[in-house]
Amino acid sequence: MKFTTLLRRPPEWMEHDGPCRDIVLTSRIRLARNLEGPAFPGWAKKEDRIAIMQELQPRIESLNGMKDCFSEDLSNLDAIRKQVLVEKHLISREQAAKSAGSAAVINREQSLSIMINEEDHLRMQSIRSGLDLVAAHAALDKLDTELEEQVRFAWDKRFGYLTACPTNLGTGMRASAMLHLPALVLGEQVNQVIQAVNKIGLAVRGLYGEGTEALANLFQVSNQHTLGEREGDIIARLEKVIQQIITHERNARRKLLEDSPHKICDHIGRAYAALRFAHIIESKEALTHLSMLRMGADMGVLPASEARLIDTLLVEIQPAHLQTAAQRKLSGEERDILRAEVLRRRLHHLPEPDMSACTGPGPEAPPDGKA
Amino acid sequence: MAPYLPRKFQPIPPPLFRPPRKCDVCDDKTATVFLTQIVKGNMQKINLCENCAKEKGVTDPTGFQLADMLLGFGQGARVETQPMEKSCTACGMTQSTFRKTGRLGCAACYSVFGDGMDGLLKAMHKGTRHIGKVPAHLSTRQADEEHLAQLRTALDDAVSKEAYEDAARLKSEIATLEKSLNQSVRV
Repeated sequence: MKFTTLLRRPPEWMEHDGPCRDIVLTSRIRLARNLEGPAFPGWAKKEDRIAIMQELQPRIESLNGMKDCFSEDLSNLDAIRKQVLVEKHLISREQAAKSAGSAAVINREQSLSIMINEEDHLRMQSIRSGLDLVAAHAALDKLDTELEEQVRFAWDKRFGYLTACPTNLGTGMRASAMLHLPALVLGEQVNQVIQAVNKIGLAVRGLYGEGTEALANLFQVSNQHTLGEREGDIIARLEKVIQQIITHERNARRKLLEDSPHKICDHIGRAYAALRFAHIIESKEALTHLSMLRMGADMGVLPASEARLIDTLLVEIQPAHLQTAAQRKLSGEERDILRAEVLRRRLHHLPEPDMSACTGPGPEAPPDGKA
Repeated sequence: MAPYLPRKFQPIPPPLFRPPRKCDVCDDKTATVFLTQIVKGNMQKINLCENCAKEKGVTDPTGFQLADMLLGFGQGARVETQPMEKSCTACGMTQSTFRKTGRLGCAACYSVFGDGMDGLLKAMHKGTRHIGKVPAHLSTRQADEEHLAQLRTALDDAVSKEAYEDAARLKSEIATLEKSLNQSVRV
């Protein structure tokens, strides 16, 4: 598969509605694996990294789930193309910074992506729509087992799968879900939730992982422990906590509708106006407004069918996507103009928000999405 | 006014003169053995000449008592001599680089540095032993049974040392493992 095809095809998770899709955009599982002999990528010499890549890349391409995949040496991709893959959550920011001896292999559905020579020899990822960590893990576990028939991974009875950083030791598994929590942010409860989640050994991060901002009211919740707990138990614990956060978010939405319906209408109305009519719009502002429209679609103020378009736009208005669309490098100002243009065009058909769902006679039964 | 000279033409100041250190015990010969002692975060240094070091038994492990005797520190205080730095024979990773970067060099590093990592792992993870996936080629059941035997030994050890917190953790790990082994029998 060519890069342009990858860019044109929407990822499978975008096309399907997984469980709790109104609040959980995606579920992801990542496994870290290393070969038995050679040094880990961060410590290996360039020639060794290239040799490892040359050994692993064809094996991964030939796996069952990887038919007709996108497979590229990162040194063949320019900075913008690498950034597009980051914006699509297919490779990490760390991987994008690498070149010779690093590669990415992504399946046609964009549900499986394998990074070669990131921090570990292999970082394999599986993405699913909604809250479906179990399915995401099952798909990746199958791939992992299949690959294990061909290569020997570094494994130790005491430490499990051996990784460059001891924080990933054991299962080598990071399970995470991307949650949209606008009402908890508006109600200023989100910090309490984050603190509570941190206390029980889970991490909350921003849109693009460690150290990034929670743009568009999107938060990634993931496990921190990888050693001393089974994969299934980690996932079950995480899913339970995420279910609780979902309940909190739904309650917060209900409460906002009861206590300050006009405030909600104002947020959604202003977001609609800005996105439909702005001519210059920065990424952060656009993401915040898209978050409000997404909440509006969940609440029935906007057609629920538009939620998917809004999710697509969250990615499409990112800098590298805009520059790929323009087929050239753009300055910040040029991007802001193009971003506004894309948003006006894509949201042209969007009907005016019907605020009666918010301010209507009874806030008893706000439609809160597909539970 | 002194003429302006670009930095690279300025004269380099001479190095500070450092006289050879004298032995702290005999105060006569030049010290060649340097000990550093850390007590509750305070660093104490002792310099010894070769003769005094031999006489006081610094080279043998019981030499820990030397510092107590010399400086009158409390019992059980530790003196750390500077041993050869641990390093991985497979990839050359050293203890200090590992400490600095937090990353190991290769799989074999774990057999070199792994034993000293328990404290680190305890702070990072739920346990210090892997109980998750086992590669298929290492016959799951066999590995689990071996692991169970290891855990039981560790439990006995913990009980005899009265390390009850560890014992409780090991007990629950054993219970989980036994349960899964029983389940796999049924399947």
